[in-house]
Amino acid sequence: MTTTVVTGLGVIAPTGLGVDDYWKATLEGRNGIAPITKFDASGYPSSLAGQVVGFHAADHLPGRLLPQTDHMTRMALAAAQWAWDDAGLDPAQLPEFSAGVVTASSSGGYEFGERELRNLWAKGASYVSAYQSFAWFYAVNTGQISIRHQMRGPTGVLVSDQAGGADAIAHARRQIRKGARVMLAGGVDSSLCSWGWIAHLASGRVSTADDPRRAYLPFSADARGHVPGEGGALLVLEEETAARARGARIYGVVAGHAATLDPPPGSGRPSTLEAALRGALADADVHPDEVDVVFCDGAAIPELDRIEAAAINAVFGEGAVPVTVPKTMTGRLFSGAVALDAAAALLSIRDGVIPPTINATAAPDLGLDLVTETPRSLPVRIALIVARGIGGFNSALVLRAA
Amino acid sequence: MSTTEFTLADLCRILTEAAGADGSTAISDDALDTEFEELGYDSLALMETGARIERAYGIRIAEEDLAAALTPRALIDLVNRMTAAA
Repeated sequence: MTTTVVTGLGVIAPTGLGVDDYWKATLEGRNGIAPITKFDASGYPSSLAGQVVGFHAADHLPGRLLPQTDHMTRMALAAAQWAWDDAGLDPAQLPEFSAGVVTASSSGGYEFGERELRNLWAKGASYVSAYQSFAWFYAVNTGQISIRHQMRGPTGVLVSDQAGGADAIAHARRQIRKGARVMLAGGVDSSLCSWGWIAHLASGRVSTADDPRRAYLPFSADARGHVPGEGGALLVLEEETAARARGARIYGVVAGHAATLDPPPGSGRPSTLEAALRGALADADVHPDEVDVVFCDGAAIPELDRIEAAAINAVFGEGAVPVTVPKTMTGRLFSGAVALDAAAALLSIRDGVIPPTINATAAPDLGLDLVTETPRSLPVRIALIVARGIGGFNSALVLRAA
Repeated sequence: MSTTEFTLADLCRILTEAAGADGSTAISDDALDTEFEELGYDSLALMETGARIERAYGIRIAEEDLAAALTPRALIDLVNRMTAAA
């Protein structure tokens, strides 16, 4: 069987631009959640977010791309360039159809769309940007990345809310198995504008706390919802033999994946999350005892936290595996979340350290060994990432040391 | 009848507003007959440019006329015909 390895990372997060800044901040437990400054959120019941700070698109992108890109696409294009640089590859130098890209998307380019809708009502149709035709669109990050880097191989976009990042990485692995030379996969997301904010609040899952240290507390007795964030990561995936042949640095192996769908609300049937965890481990041919850390979904909704803890305990045994939610530092990044967790897991493998779940205190009745406040040093060979999306999406991804 | 002529400089300015710029986007007189596609402007960039010209000059340019104006000279001539008729 073809082995798919990760050879490059491009990270853009509320806690740092680029892998090094992000990882340093993550191990320091820096909180990237703060009052929203991108728009006036003072009139809304929730006003905290994980915002990417210090990213100036014009420093990273050609001027010709600026009028046609939403903020999330600009961040995705920067992360893509960083991932290729990190991998030491330029896909434009590869044979024409050998490089592809699969991204996850949850909402599209909301900020761009909001501005153009405002132009439509306030000034009229002739004031709406022609680039609105694609700048808001779900598939736009995949499209812009493939055009910029001349990647004419297999491309796609996966839309399964926060589970999407895992599904995108898994689909890219499928394309490597089918013969693609190299794939870029992951997600970079943002919908922190007043229109996007209304959509987030409509989920009923956004914390209304004012204190950035008390707002997003997964698995805690006082869990009260999540904090939305922006950013994500893109990963360079290659077949192992080809990667080794070119002397690439290998972060780890994309070893297993499974996705399930929950029954509809009110059906009375249980969540299928546990089956996703077991499926991913089976796909990776990994026994639960071999897993060193679980990066949890961490919804911070008491009922959803109970379901996730129960699934983890059913698979591993109560308190038998360290679990963590570094999302507490960034907020939930939707289609960017799993890719960022995957980057963190690969860096955990590299450095032998589990990043902390800041601010949270594990509720004793959940039976989890939650790594809180400070990183825990231990050898990490195998990591499981758990992800859920609104709409019943469950997805699990296994990464292991090469 | 309008007496203000739409010039190459006007076109360059609006192209920059519409499609962005890297360094100078000035189109030289030599490039007046070079197709926009070769100059790096795709159909969407030209649609956006057309919409901005319409707003700035108070004219309506038919989609098929815009699509047929393949070069800077053709587009400048088209705009001047429309403003003259307006």
